[in-house]
Amino acid sequence: MVEQASHNQSTPAPPERKKLIEVNNLVKHFPVRAGLLQRVKAWVKAVDDVSFFINEGETFGLVGESGCGKTTVGRTILRLIPHTSGEVLFDGRNVFDIEGGDLKKLRRDMQIIFQDPYSSLDPRLPIGESISEGLRVHTNKGGQERYEIVAEMLTRVGMRAEHARRYPHEFSGGQRQRIGIARALALQPKFIVCDEPVSALDVSIQAQVLNILRQLQRDFGLTYLFIAHNLSVVEHFSERVGVMYLGKMVEMAPRDLLYADPLHPYTQALMSAIPVPDPTVKRQRILLEGDVPSPLNPPSGCRFHTRCPLAFDLCHQEEPPFKDYGGGHFAACHWLEVGQHGDSKLTPANIIEKKGRKVAQQVIH
Amino acid sequence: MDQPNETVLRARNLRLYFQTRRGPVQAVDGVDFDLRKNEATVIIGESGCGKSSLAKAILRLLPRNAGTYDGEVWLHDQNIMLLNDESFRKEIRWRRISMVPQAAMNALNPVMRIGDQVSEPAIVHMNMTKEDATKSAVRMLEHVGVPIDFLHRYAFELSGGMRQRSALAMALVTLPDVVILDEPTSALDVLTQASIMNLMKRMKKELETSFILITHDIATSSELADNVAVMYAGQIVEVGDARRFFTKPLHPYSHALMASVPRLRETIEPEFITGQPPSLLNPPTGCRFKDRCPKRFDKCDEAPPMFIEEGDRQVRCWLYDDAIQMSRPEYQVVA
Repeated sequence: MVEQASHNQSTPAPPERKKLIEVNNLVKHFPVRAGLLQRVKAWVKAVDDVSFFINEGETFGLVGESGCGKTTVGRTILRLIPHTSGEVLFDGRNVFDIEGGDLKKLRRDMQIIFQDPYSSLDPRLPIGESISEGLRVHTNKGGQERYEIVAEMLTRVGMRAEHARRYPHEFSGGQRQRIGIARALALQPKFIVCDEPVSALDVSIQAQVLNILRQLQRDFGLTYLFIAHNLSVVEHFSERVGVMYLGKMVEMAPRDLLYADPLHPYTQALMSAIPVPDPTVKRQRILLEGDVPSPLNPPSGCRFHTRCPLAFDLCHQEEPPFKDYGGGHFAACHWLEVGQHGDSKLTPANIIEKKGRKVAQQVIH
Repeated sequence: MDQPNETVLRARNLRLYFQTRRGPVQAVDGVDFDLRKNEATVIIGESGCGKSSLAKAILRLLPRNAGTYDGEVWLHDQNIMLLNDESFRKEIRWRRISMVPQAAMNALNPVMRIGDQVSEPAIVHMNMTKEDATKSAVRMLEHVGVPIDFLHRYAFELSGGMRQRSALAMALVTLPDVVILDEPTSALDVLTQASIMNLMKRMKKELETSFILITHDIATSSELADNVAVMYAGQIVEVGDARRFFTKPLHPYSHALMASVPRLRETIEPEFITGQPPSLLNPPTGCRFKDRCPKRFDKCDEAPPMFIEEGDRQVRCWLYDDAIQMSRPEYQVVA
């Protein structure tokens, strides 16, 4: 307790909430095997030194393009795939140190909702069976008791108890995703990884699934890691947001801070690319050149420097520190270190000032 | 300049039903729409509303279980529905109307080099020599921003955005009058999506081509659209000028769709539409949206015709019947 108090003094933040998840320097490299002997030829650096925390009862949004490692982060935390190094503290205990029966107990507290509701349910099991499978494995509840829990979970996600006997193909995508939520919920976990829970759904029903997730969070005090590529969905759903690029966390902040004042050029580019359903709005867009480099061989220094319209010498050589720039707004950009607040901004004026008109013309649309 | 462009493509009462063991699926049921020169018409709808079938019906790319297939499709002043299959293939498909199919980036031939693949339509449909076709392929690839040294690469060596550009080049290489784009950006990342949309805007400006853009992504479509057609359960429920549509949609379904789009830096929470679209096997009688419609009233059990509203907008909803607006003020449409 004493330690806690002294820590509070150094960071005058809002009343400290309990951290449920603390990810410290998480690394996950996948081996690339080739040849007759299947020797490891290279490593895909899917997640490279990522740190963040999630407060209890909070939704942490994790955003990035496909291949940036956000799903790998979620799955490594849950120990669905082994980690390479680093630690994940769940309720103060390192998840990677827990084995055997303790691990089984831990799994009850951490669940996942998958992206694709069409392939994440067993087509040959009635959905009631899918939902109660966890109860069968982790508890010694009898059939009747399990059925009651299934019925309750189904009603909580806006479906009816008698649906339990039906098969997945009898349901629409939105209903299937709600079944996936009921399944994740059956064991009353504390923490749920939502891996792109709405991106496979029609936009007309996305809000329904999100509302259910929000209601359940209130009812059960759940903590979410909400993985998505859609920045506007994340804005409506998360309290704190992290942005990943090529296996690194490049920015992390409370939602309002991030959306009002994105510091990292990559976050700004992502936001500027979001379409607005209003043709009367004329905006200037910053479009990045090129594609995301391969995580097999990530660029030196700042990984974003190959596409950054503001990159300078230092960006090629040295990795920028991931630092708090006030109010829990973390970012990793050299301009924040060497320059003023506005130096990392992707505004036309700033790009012209730093890189000249030619570069500006290429990226401003 | 105020003179509207001439109409390139006109569909009238176009129908395409699929034969299944449980009866006909009415995927496209009496669709009318116009496409003017050098403009883009966006067809918006949820999955399963028949929008991809509409594309197939226009291009006559029918699956084996196609049943009823009739109506009129006028390309300039020719009703192309009257052509037999062989002359349709020779004269229309790819020569005058081409298509970028759904997930085209993943549908490229994996054992063909990009250059060969892009020049193939020109050889097959325009009877060009291989040399000429390669020349126009190179020109088109340059146009869509694919570097020339990619000509000899295979599809798997390209990123998603570059593959989508190549698919677009393939559809444009014959310089057709109309290009149908079926969900051209839906599998791409936001940044790639934005650059593909920019590319299409540029293509529309530079080439004399008209676009039909089929999509569920309302926000992205607003960037390219001149006209919008909203499709629901096999029918078009609203057509009109894009600018007016996006600021004030008419049909209750369009309203609900627009309200469900999450917007950046907006305090209004997105809403959702209750229920799910009806089965096209046995679509409901009367208005097809009535079971999910918040403004439903007794008249909705009768099938609504298209009502014409100001500015040539059309909407298939009884709320826009003048007689009803006069007699039942409580149903006045709230803008």
